Amino acid sequence: MLRFVVRRLLQLIPILFGLSILLFAWLRLLPGGPAAALLGERATPERVAAINRTYGLDQPLFVQYWRYLQRVAQFDFGDSTQTGRPVTQVIIDQFPGTIELTIAALIFAVGVGIPLGYFAARRQGTILDNLAVVGSLVGVTIPVFFLAFLLKYFFAVELGWLPPSGRQDVRIDATHITNFFVLDGLLTREFDAAFDAVKHLILPGIALGTIPLAIIVRITRAAVLDVVNEDYVRTAEAKGLTTSVIRRRHVLRNAMLPVVTTIGLQLGLLLSGAILTERVFAFPGIGSEIVSAITNKDYAILQGVILLVAVLYVLINLVVDLLYGVLDPRVRVR
Amino acid sequence: MTTATQVDAAGGVFSGDESGGGRWSEAFRRLRRNPVAILGAVLVLLFVLVAIFAPWLAPHDPQEQLLLGEVRPGFVPGPREGFPLGVDSLGRDELSRLLYGSRQSLLVGIVSTLLGLSLGLLLGGLAGAFGGRVDNVLMRVTDLMLSIPGLLTAITITVILGPSLTSVMIAIAIVNVPIFARLLRGSMLAQRDADYVLAARSIGLRRRTIVLSHIVPNSLGPVIVQATLTLATSIIDAAALSFLGLGNQDGTPEWGQMLAEAQDLLGTRAALAFYPCIAIVIAALGFTLLGEALREALDPKFRR
Repeated sequence: MLRFVVRRLLQLIPILFGLSILLFAWLRLLPGGPAAALLGERATPERVAAINRTYGLDQPLFVQYWRYLQRVAQFDFGDSTQTGRPVTQVIIDQFPGTIELTIAALIFAVGVGIPLGYFAARRQGTILDNLAVVGSLVGVTIPVFFLAFLLKYFFAVELGWLPPSGRQDVRIDATHITNFFVLDGLLTREFDAAFDAVKHLILPGIALGTIPLAIIVRITRAAVLDVVNEDYVRTAEAKGLTTSVIRRRHVLRNAMLPVVTTIGLQLGLLLSGAILTERVFAFPGIGSEIVSAITNKDYAILQGVILLVAVLYVLINLVVDLLYGVLDPRVRVR
Repeated sequence: MTTATQVDAAGGVFSGDESGGGRWSEAFRRLRRNPVAILGAVLVLLFVLVAIFAPWLAPHDPQEQLLLGEVRPGFVPGPREGFPLGVDSLGRDELSRLLYGSRQSLLVGIVSTLLGLSLGLLLGGLAGAFGGRVDNVLMRVTDLMLSIPGLLTAITITVILGPSLTSVMIAIAIVNVPIFARLLRGSMLAQRDADYVLAARSIGLRRRTIVLSHIVPNSLGPVIVQATLTLATSIIDAAALSFLGLGNQDGTPEWGQMLAEAQDLLGTRAALAFYPCIAIVIAALGFTLLGEALREALDPKFRR
């Protein structure tokens, strides 16, 4: 197992290296370079030269790259060119929101998707099965923002059951320690604050979770159908094991392999989808930050956030691979 | 209905294989009998026709702010004679903008798919044909590209190139490149050990001939299916990018942008947000259904 982990970690190095070069090259590829990006319309040759001196941009490229790596290794992504706040601080403030949203979406997708896929497969050909198949086909095609608008319109604007925007009611005077609002509410025993934060997560979570849900239903159904006809399931049935034991230990455990991989792949999709969902629900997270950074041409923020998301994505895929090893001992041996 | 099609389909496979080279006409025959394919084709046809004939179908100029005088903060006039779907927040005819918007979507879909497809095929073909070190390097490059979520890459590229429809097309094309490259490579690797390749090699054909006229044509099936599905995702991605404000900046009607503009009116004129959404879904659903049906038609093993 240890060798498996080490080998997978070593494979990360070229990817992270390539990524850092790409992001490093990005600012230098901009017309006029970073100085022009920083100054915008106020750029004069003197000012550009001054900026270049201050930030060491007149040094040879490899020196710049080395310094860039040093800074990134210390989690220093520079300051926002718009507000002057350190990018790291912006990330600490905004990222928990997106993580909460992603977890909410994942709970919805996995919690509904795996049982639905399982029962669709066990009752193959019934109305439930056909609905699941057609629904998952249509679900993949519905753009995140369409669903977000629909949910927001019906449940927030028309019915008024759930809040239409934000992460927490501003009137609630909540204490924030970790910036994970639900967790904060539980830690400080301000349960009304936690409950309010959960209410704000429901609609965006469902909107964001629907595409992964559709995919998980499809994969689970296919995987269960593959597994139920295996000899060991028939053996288990012949031994007289109860349905729930067969389901848990024999069918689901073997069917989960492709599902876990799919969930891992969906996480990247969730991060992308979060950008759009947050925009519709005015949800303060990393996605809203990206959108305002685009409008303000705030390259420092964009660069830092993209690096962070990419590294996170790579790490998540690593965890998925490791989980795969836990679920399927055969993978470890290879 | 479905079962009958499947039985026919299964029968068709064998006759197709026997006659040789009949795979595509066979697939087309199966496609024609599949209700999913028909529905997909109808939706796609509708979308394409609207895009082509938009200037004749649209009642007004999509850019002219006809009813601007009646728009007040928080209030937009609803449907009335001559404006069946009402007007947007700048007093422009919603129906005309919707019809014209199909042109942008179709253009982005086709151009970015074709561009991504050709670059992807080039890289994937090189990797599949040469193997070894070329394969290794190219696949690490695609690993790198796939290590960032697609929309994020697309956003980054569009920001670098400056927001416009052209940037959106290039960005989406680049996101699609590694997908096509991997697909063709994988498909070619699967063909490499096939009997007909061995046969071609044993009668002394040149490597180039084997690759270009035997392996590549036989590997294209999954790529064509993927291209059809990519048309759908490209249309959605383009709408997403222009929803985020990265599309054209000159007021040309774009579904994603119309959605963004309608966002603040959800309390008063929610329909303005739903029209472009429905248009996007129709366009994307058409290509998705067609792609899925094509996958079934080309792959005899595929059963739902």
